[in-house]
Amino acid sequence: MITRRGLLASAGMGTLLAASGAAVQEFFATGAGAEGALKMSPMLPDGTRTEALLDTLPGKKPLIKLSYRPPNYEAPIEYLRSEITPNDSFFVRYHLAGIPQVDAASWRLTIGGEGADKEFSLGLNELRQLPSAEVIALCQCSGNRRGLFQPHVAGVEWGYGAMGCAHWKGVRLKDLLERAGLKKEAVEIVYHGADGPVSDKTPAFVKSLPVAKAIDDATLVAYEMNGEALPHWNGFPVRLVVPGWTGTYWMKHLTSIQAVTKPFDGFWMKSAYRIPLGKFPIVARFPTQETATNTPITDMVINSLITSHNDGDSIKIGSTVAIAGIAWDGGYGLNSVDVSTDGGKTWTDAALGENHGPYALRSFMLPFVPRAAGAHVIMARATNKIGQSQATTLIANPAGYHHNLIQSLTLVAS
Amino acid sequence: MRHITFAVVAFALAVGVAAAQEKPVRLKQAPGLDKVEANCAGCHSLDYVPMNSPFLNAAGWDAEVAKMINAFGAPIAAADAKVISDYLKSNYGT
Repeated sequence: MITRRGLLASAGMGTLLAASGAAVQEFFATGAGAEGALKMSPMLPDGTRTEALLDTLPGKKPLIKLSYRPPNYEAPIEYLRSEITPNDSFFVRYHLAGIPQVDAASWRLTIGGEGADKEFSLGLNELRQLPSAEVIALCQCSGNRRGLFQPHVAGVEWGYGAMGCAHWKGVRLKDLLERAGLKKEAVEIVYHGADGPVSDKTPAFVKSLPVAKAIDDATLVAYEMNGEALPHWNGFPVRLVVPGWTGTYWMKHLTSIQAVTKPFDGFWMKSAYRIPLGKFPIVARFPTQETATNTPITDMVINSLITSHNDGDSIKIGSTVAIAGIAWDGGYGLNSVDVSTDGGKTWTDAALGENHGPYALRSFMLPFVPRAAGAHVIMARATNKIGQSQATTLIANPAGYHHNLIQSLTLVAS
Repeated sequence: MRHITFAVVAFALAVGVAAAQEKPVRLKQAPGLDKVEANCAGCHSLDYVPMNSPFLNAAGWDAEVAKMINAFGAPIAAADAKVISDYLKSNYGT
């Protein structure tokens, strides 16, 4: 049997929209910008809402500025209405404010370490001449939606937009490690970038991956983003792309890759980016970094975002509106997105857009015709192929990671 | 200690070309603001303070200042750290 969902998925979003009425088309035609007042969730801390503003970094469209230095800028929800996020709309996240403009001609990447037989280095042109691989993958900050935690936790108080999905092209990290002669004794791959702290007393931003994830075919040393060079703010000239795993591993301005035979104990692995064990339904493990009580964050949790509307938007009785958005997980494959228009009493399987692979965003859409005046509570709930579904109760954790609580928006019909 | 702080600020300005159009962040005028500006703004813009408000209690702000010193190596004298904590608690705390 051909289901409505399957049919629409194979036909793609264009057909889906054409089939869903003029109101839906009108929405997508006008929904491409972030014009108008900055809309931020009332769940965010008051100070965050007061201090944030739309600001334009060189080469970017206006993004929501949370901090100038280091620059932490998130995408307005309107920029996340497509499955691929344009480079000029892609969020910006740095931990430390020493950010050089990397010169492509003199940039070099060193690959080696005591867990490899030899060390070598490559320039950008040499890297581009190696066999290439491509992947469409979502980069999402571990702390995306941190600002929505109740009670609030300290940090960059992200709303919904610390994420973007791009078509990445580069060289498999596996191929570079093979060329260096990765030893059997190697347990982790340690890497860093050209950016760093302002004070030499601050721990440099250095990360590691377990060898198994580093040699995954999808893990890339990427020099292209959506067919272009990476923007400065997203890691020019080369960043690591770690599909399925949170953005903390996606090192920007990559300069060094070292295989090691002992677990790396730097601050950004040992102390930061940790989640309590046993609270989240994580699948990907990082055994050499786990303690009795916590583990480095690894793969992204199942999640979705309604992008067609903001909380409190007005809709018209009797007119079709598209309840639309995006969904994703850690690479296990999206199974379905259910949408409720009655505050979670009943759920309907939404139509899914084109499948760009397990690591990409996937669109969903459900036409909705409000019949009664007043508030309509809209919710979306994604489920993946290994049976994981979004949280119905927020999972508290010290640093405010993995927020995947089912969203709830109120639309007011008149 | 003072000259270390200034060196940090100078470096921040030197790399500022990439940070582009940072606009001044105006924190509440109150006793201690001078220490906040002198000690904190070298490594990060001051919008981090209002962004993280008002939900930290006194212990929460003490912990943040301690983290900056102990985990991130901020060269802040103990006397200044107390003034900074007090300013944050009074003006951006719960």
